[in-house]
Amino acid sequence: MSNERAAGGAAPGAASTGSAITRDEVAHLARLSRLALGEDELGHFAAQLDEIISAVARVQQVAAQDIPPTSHALPITNVFRPDEVRPSLAPEQALAEAPAAEEQRFRVPRILGEEA
Amino acid sequence: MTTTPSLVPYEEALARYEPVLGVETHIELGTASKMFCGCATTFGAPPNTQVCPVCLGLPGSLPVTNRAAIEGIIKIGLALNCRIVEWCRFARKNYFYPDMPKNYQISQYDEPLCVDGYLEVEVDGETYRVEIERVHMEEDTGKSLHVGGATGRIHGADHSLVDYNRAGIPLVEIVTKPITATGDRAPLVARAYATELRELVRALGVSDVRMEEGSMRCDINVSLMPRGAAEWGTRTETKNVNSLRSVERAVRHEIERQAGVLDAGGRIVQETRHFHEDTGTTTSGRSKEEAQDYRYFPEPDLVPMAPSREWVEELRATLPELPAARRRRVQAEWGLSDLELRDVVNAGALDLIEDTVKAGAAPGPARKWWMNELSRRATEQGVELSALPITPEQVARIQALIDEGSLNDKLARQVFEGVLAGEGGPDEVVAARGLKVVSDEGELAAIVDQVIADNAAAADKVRAGKVAAAGALVGAVMKATRGQADAARARELILERLGAS
Repeated sequence: MSNERAAGGAAPGAASTGSAITRDEVAHLARLSRLALGEDELGHFAAQLDEIISAVARVQQVAAQDIPPTSHALPITNVFRPDEVRPSLAPEQALAEAPAAEEQRFRVPRILGEEA
Repeated sequence: MTTTPSLVPYEEALARYEPVLGVETHIELGTASKMFCGCATTFGAPPNTQVCPVCLGLPGSLPVTNRAAIEGIIKIGLALNCRIVEWCRFARKNYFYPDMPKNYQISQYDEPLCVDGYLEVEVDGETYRVEIERVHMEEDTGKSLHVGGATGRIHGADHSLVDYNRAGIPLVEIVTKPITATGDRAPLVARAYATELRELVRALGVSDVRMEEGSMRCDINVSLMPRGAAEWGTRTETKNVNSLRSVERAVRHEIERQAGVLDAGGRIVQETRHFHEDTGTTTSGRSKEEAQDYRYFPEPDLVPMAPSREWVEELRATLPELPAARRRRVQAEWGLSDLELRDVVNAGALDLIEDTVKAGAAPGPARKWWMNELSRRATEQGVELSALPITPEQVARIQALIDEGSLNDKLARQVFEGVLAGEGGPDEVVAARGLKVVSDEGELAAIVDQVIADNAAAADKVRAGKVAAAGALVGAVMKATRGQADAARARELILERLGAS
């Protein structure tokens, strides 16, 4: 089972340790995060991110082979609740903070255009 | 790149190319509450009436896993002959799309709960084993209404309206391994798989698996390779195919379309395609060439699941008889040929006949009434057999009246007519319409004597030993009693009186 745990959920975008974060990687992350970064900012953040990742990566120096990566701080499993219906919000409450609503639904801007 | 080459006729495409299929099926579980919160899951509720801070992704809310949903997926995994893993986690699938208010979907990534199973399906008497790669747990998304476009589609829409009632409903995803060597039966194998999967899940009672309501949805992967090639072609994924018939048509169309592209020297683009129910064709959706980057990571708000072996075995012990085993049993018990069994299954009559048998009727008559009289009426009315306003118990009661001799088949048909017309149960219809086999021996004897007197020529033939001529006399008795005589008894009396018995 340890293999399954070790497989983890490493995101493809995350850099492996040791190699410096590139401007391209920052640009990719920025696009995924819907952040508009300027050319100068790409280099700026690349250096910063590199420092952060390097700092965090030091944990690997103490992690031995037989210690699986930890995703949860609590050593517990199987927290379940019974299948029981509980009251929902009233639609007015649910929609109260929505920037826009129409026909008792959340109104959102055009979806395609950036993804198509 | 992709101009639009013409379709290659199916047989021709299959002569040159070999299809490889894959099916991803999403099934909404029929739990009372959602996957990670206590909101109700009722289908068709007014928009945004079944939402709460958890399924709306409001700050500070935390998900808690619904035990019944986990039991449901484990049952599905077991029924699909999967291994249930001993330890796994949920994962966040991050994407920007308003159908999930959290901006991520809680799903499973590289640690699915159930792995390595199979489902056997039959096409034209041949069995195909469809290997199951994985079965994992996730949550359904909200429903969008696209406004401002010409066709209600997302393309060309001005804005969208989102209802989050569906967001957070437990969703099970079942992924096959590549399905190979199906040849020209590929579309039928895909359909048979979807059909069998639906039957299986329905038998488990964990979902209503209504494709028309979206509680079961199929995505179909198809690729073609030249016959004899070792390497598979590039696949396309056709999304949200929402009926069994569409599963078959979507595969067929993709084979014809891709063959056209390849014949013209083009290449297949790995992409999502949309199936159009009206034309049976697919069109390109967003391209997957720029790989989606979902940045999966272990869900920090939910602790890992480690289903104990005891729990898994407890669940295994609750599995009902599964459809394939049930079909084999019923076929043996009822003495059906393969073809007869297939007709019963295709007519959706298996449950109905079995319930009729349980209510006391013999299998033969039970099948006869459902497959003939009632199937015909269902077809006439354009409804499913099970939607007819008559119960298996009522059918069994009518047959019981036949068995005890108070109805014959002809009268029984009138009783069916009455029950279907809402005149009440079988006994009420019999009473109200005065349908009863004439069983008063004296009355019947008098009618027989009269008929013999009226049909001297036929009577003489019977006296002379031509027993077959008695048929005309029996017919005359039935006519005289407006079908209410016991034909067998009438025949006995006739032969007795004419000295031919």
